[in-house]
Amino acid sequence: MTTSIDLSQATLRELNKRLHETEEGHFVVRNPRGAHAIAVGMTTPVTVDVEGSVGYFCAGMNMAGTVRVDGNAGTGLAENIMSGLVRITGNATMSAGATGHGGLVVIEGNAGARCGISMKGVDIVVGGSVGHMSAFMAQAGNLVVLGDADRDLGDSIYEAEVFVRGKVASLGSDCVEKEMTPPHLDTLSRLLEAAALPAGTMSAEPSDFRLYGSARELYNFHVDDVDAAAAAKGRP
Amino acid sequence: MCGIVGLFLKTPIYHEELGRLTAVMLHEMRERGPDSAGFAVYDQGDSERTRITVLVTDDSINRRQTADELEAELGAEVTLREIHDHAVFETTGDGRAARQWLIDNVTGIDVLSYGQQIELYKSVGDPDLVASRYDLASRRGTHAMAHTRMATESAVTTNGSHPFVTGADTCLVHNGSLSNHNQLRERLAQRGESFQTENDSEVAAGYLAWKLRTGDTIDGALTSALTDLDGFYTFAIGVKNGFAILRDPIACKPAVVAETDDWVAMSSEFRAIAQLPDVSHAEIFEPEPSRVYSWSLAS
Repeated sequence: MTTSIDLSQATLRELNKRLHETEEGHFVVRNPRGAHAIAVGMTTPVTVDVEGSVGYFCAGMNMAGTVRVDGNAGTGLAENIMSGLVRITGNATMSAGATGHGGLVVIEGNAGARCGISMKGVDIVVGGSVGHMSAFMAQAGNLVVLGDADRDLGDSIYEAEVFVRGKVASLGSDCVEKEMTPPHLDTLSRLLEAAALPAGTMSAEPSDFRLYGSARELYNFHVDDVDAAAAAKGRP
Repeated sequence: MCGIVGLFLKTPIYHEELGRLTAVMLHEMRERGPDSAGFAVYDQGDSERTRITVLVTDDSINRRQTADELEAELGAEVTLREIHDHAVFETTGDGRAARQWLIDNVTGIDVLSYGQQIELYKSVGDPDLVASRYDLASRRGTHAMAHTRMATESAVTTNGSHPFVTGADTCLVHNGSLSNHNQLRERLAQRGESFQTENDSEVAAGYLAWKLRTGDTIDGALTSALTDLDGFYTFAIGVKNGFAILRDPIACKPAVVAETDDWVAMSSEFRAIAQLPDVSHAEIFEPEPSRVYSWSLAS
């Protein structure tokens, strides 16, 4: 059953309270008009379709929910996402997917500066390009960029991995290009499939990408801990 | 944190509604800056006449007498309009000289703006009250800039509120903070710019005023600003018949732009833009760091 909530009538608190009290189902949010904190803190497998652009922190802290935005998103889209899916058809501004622990964030357009900053296990797929200092201090998870990456990509990166199809303006401190191995290609294939980006310019082959990650010279990396790092990435 | 809005009309169809649309945008930015607010409105103006907007901070000032003294000084007619604690002097005389004479000779006022197209109003308090007190919603014109302030670097005072104008029709609103403003203020003062506050943003306005006064274009001035200004900034800038945006290379202060055939709107957040006419057909984008964006009316 679909429930429609019009934010020109209902308050944001009413919307979010309703979402938090619902175990499952489908909601449509009309007239978001750039409001902040839409569908924040969901903990159940509810699906929310937002018809229009949203403000800051949309779908923040999401756990298990699916939030789809037909429009653009302000700062901190899916900030600290734990699991579930967040997808937007337009562009996201700064700090999309920041500190995310799990789940998948799909941005069909471009992402602004610091996309995936301090990501801790989330997967982020960007159909367009990402702004400067994306994946800054990224600890775990994957950032996939079909377009270009602006300067200082992956500055001070830990064990997250960054796949870029287009040009990289410059790499940040301690971020280097790495060899793409079969497990990386598998990860990339899985993420591109899960992201289900619209066909055409957004269809991409894993072999078109280059891989970037940590040189492990800046942070206190010990080879004895390599298993822990691999476990954080969820694959052998 | 502060809130910025700018609205530049590319065609005349919304000229009558400029103030109302700007007030709607300003309202959405209240939460970003509840301390104080200000707005500048440009109209087509009169190339023979300069308007000087002043804030009267001392109730004992007789505005009529000040207008008469200014008239004698300029040797040109000066008319007076009074709006609450603001006054607008209009003259066929030299606007820059009028501004300087008022700064040097009348204590108890701050000169907020001068130019052929601009009027500027600002005050402490709720941005909606500031907008209604100075009747923003009924103002007509070609472009407007407004600001809501959450003071961080200096006290909540009217003269620390934005926008800032130190040169003719050159208006700046700023979200951020500059770190080399003291040195730059001294250098600009040596080159003939005059300042009325200790505010960093006034220095940025003065920098642009100096560049434009010495023959630079707005694009050239803003390109130089990327080198000469140190700090965090998203600027919206109004000039005679024009509008511009600049963000620093780090770009941590937000900005979003929407453009249709009829208007360009810029704000700190999309929600300020969300209610503009025909926004569903607007091209919406985030201005890139270190890139100069400008628009001008064919004159």
